[in-house]
Amino acid sequence: MSFEQNQHEARQKILKALENQHTTVMFSDSLENEMILNMGPQHPATHGVLRLLLRLDGETIVAAVPDLGYLHRGYEKLAENMNYHEFIPHTDRLDYLSPLANNVAYVLAVEKLAGIEVPQRAQYLRVICAELARLASHLVWIGTMAMDVGAVTVLLWGFREREKIQDIWDLLTGVRFTTSFTRVGGMAQDISGEAIAAIKKFLDELPASLDECENVLARNRIFIDRCEGIGYVSKEDSIAIGLTGPLLRAVGVDHDLRRDVPYLVYDKLDFHVPVYQDGDVLARFYVRITEMRESIKILWQALDKMPAGPIHANKPKQVLPRKEKVYGKMEELIHDFMLINFGINPPIGEVYHAIEASKGELGFYIQSKGDGYPWRLKIRSPSFCNIQSLPMMLQGGLISDVVAVIGSLDPVMGEADK
Amino acid sequence: MKEKLLNKLNALFKEAIESVEEFRGELTLIIKREYLLQTAQVLHDDPELKFDSLRDVCGAERFLPGDRFEVIYNLYSIQNKFRLRLKVHLPENDLHIPTVSSIWTAANFAERETYDMYGIVFDGHPDMRRIYMPEEFEYHPLRKDFPLMGIPGSLPLPRK
Repeated sequence: MSFEQNQHEARQKILKALENQHTTVMFSDSLENEMILNMGPQHPATHGVLRLLLRLDGETIVAAVPDLGYLHRGYEKLAENMNYHEFIPHTDRLDYLSPLANNVAYVLAVEKLAGIEVPQRAQYLRVICAELARLASHLVWIGTMAMDVGAVTVLLWGFREREKIQDIWDLLTGVRFTTSFTRVGGMAQDISGEAIAAIKKFLDELPASLDECENVLARNRIFIDRCEGIGYVSKEDSIAIGLTGPLLRAVGVDHDLRRDVPYLVYDKLDFHVPVYQDGDVLARFYVRITEMRESIKILWQALDKMPAGPIHANKPKQVLPRKEKVYGKMEELIHDFMLINFGINPPIGEVYHAIEASKGELGFYIQSKGDGYPWRLKIRSPSFCNIQSLPMMLQGGLISDVVAVIGSLDPVMGEADK
Repeated sequence: MKEKLLNKLNALFKEAIESVEEFRGELTLIIKREYLLQTAQVLHDDPELKFDSLRDVCGAERFLPGDRFEVIYNLYSIQNKFRLRLKVHLPENDLHIPTVSSIWTAANFAERETYDMYGIVFDGHPDMRRIYMPEEFEYHPLRKDFPLMGIPGSLPLPRK
């Protein structure tokens, strides 16, 4: 073996060892050697604790490896050790930008398992919750994404609008951030007239603000140049890698669970699923902007069509009684006691229920042994699956594209690291 | 769709299917480990079935007598708007299963997670590392015999 070959092998070995030890390594002769750069987990553009290992050739990315696990909170293990009602507050913390949608997804799975049919009013209320959550999540996304590529104004505007949604959540659920608003078999409380008025006022004002945001970005040379053609994935690749949500619709796949596998009352509402063909960061921007306008449409319809009536299923063995009744009536007190202590005991079986959350397919897979707690609960979180496509999107790009691509994925680490 | 799927699979490899279960309108196929790759390939390639999207892979411990573990594949067909669950049972003393990441790239992360949480080894996987827990961690936390509060001292402190 020649000396050069030997040396080359030794270098590869050192490089490998250093990579395994999570270190940055740079050789003196930068033209001949590639550089390993650790991006994150504290980098402001990694949207939480995402760590990216980048192998660079100059400014070009040769390979990228996402590294998760800095936040692992073991939610699946926790879920297996508590009853079905107790897990609802934990779902808030998964995708903390749209907690209401997570609540809805979780209780829908539990209700499917237990065979509970909730009344119409509760279903419309859940649609309203889910769509408000989508708006809130996309507003944060538009702000942070714009800031990643250098536009701070839109960040402020996005958060200004989101603040209004949180005021609505305050009226609707009593809290601004971690809502825990749904219950198995119904909602925590009915929507008040004040909350309806606040939503209507907000919906009146939002389109103008959206136009404002879109105009300031979509007519901006710098924004377009930093987004167009960046982070491209093909249609086949995105399906193979399991992308869902706006990312999949940005490559021309017409897929939306709200329409394809209707849940709640989405089949009674009229909306359009935006599909763009380019598969780059700019297409994802347009998909989300259009989706927000569709959400406004859905919200108006849901508010108009929402019937009066109860918001809880009449199944006292499985649905928690109202607190005011617990205090005064023996029957309800017993049911409350049994449900809190022994849980709802769904039959033996397994179900998977997914909703179209703001980031893609959010699904809960639950195995029940007939006990009060789930035997196995698996969260199919969209961020986790979407992050998997990062190497594909980044390869061959420049290092300045990394922030734009991560921004366009809209990952939330609470969900990816679970 | 369901009849078409079952007819097709029965015609191709009847011996692969251990049982078919239906609960709340969801279809679960339990297949033998030897036939996993073959079945997956057919489900993915067949122009009528076309389960082109693998949504999730997860492991679970079984509460019934028999094999201790199972691996669950959650498939979705965008064309047919149909979901299917594949299941493979694994005995405790032989936790090896072929990877499907050559058929669906999406299996990569999900199989790593299953490996991390249950210790099920996916043969032929391109990058079989832990995904959440540190590499030095000896246990598989989602197994039922791992306590909820953790094992004291099981997480090594960072090296100086």
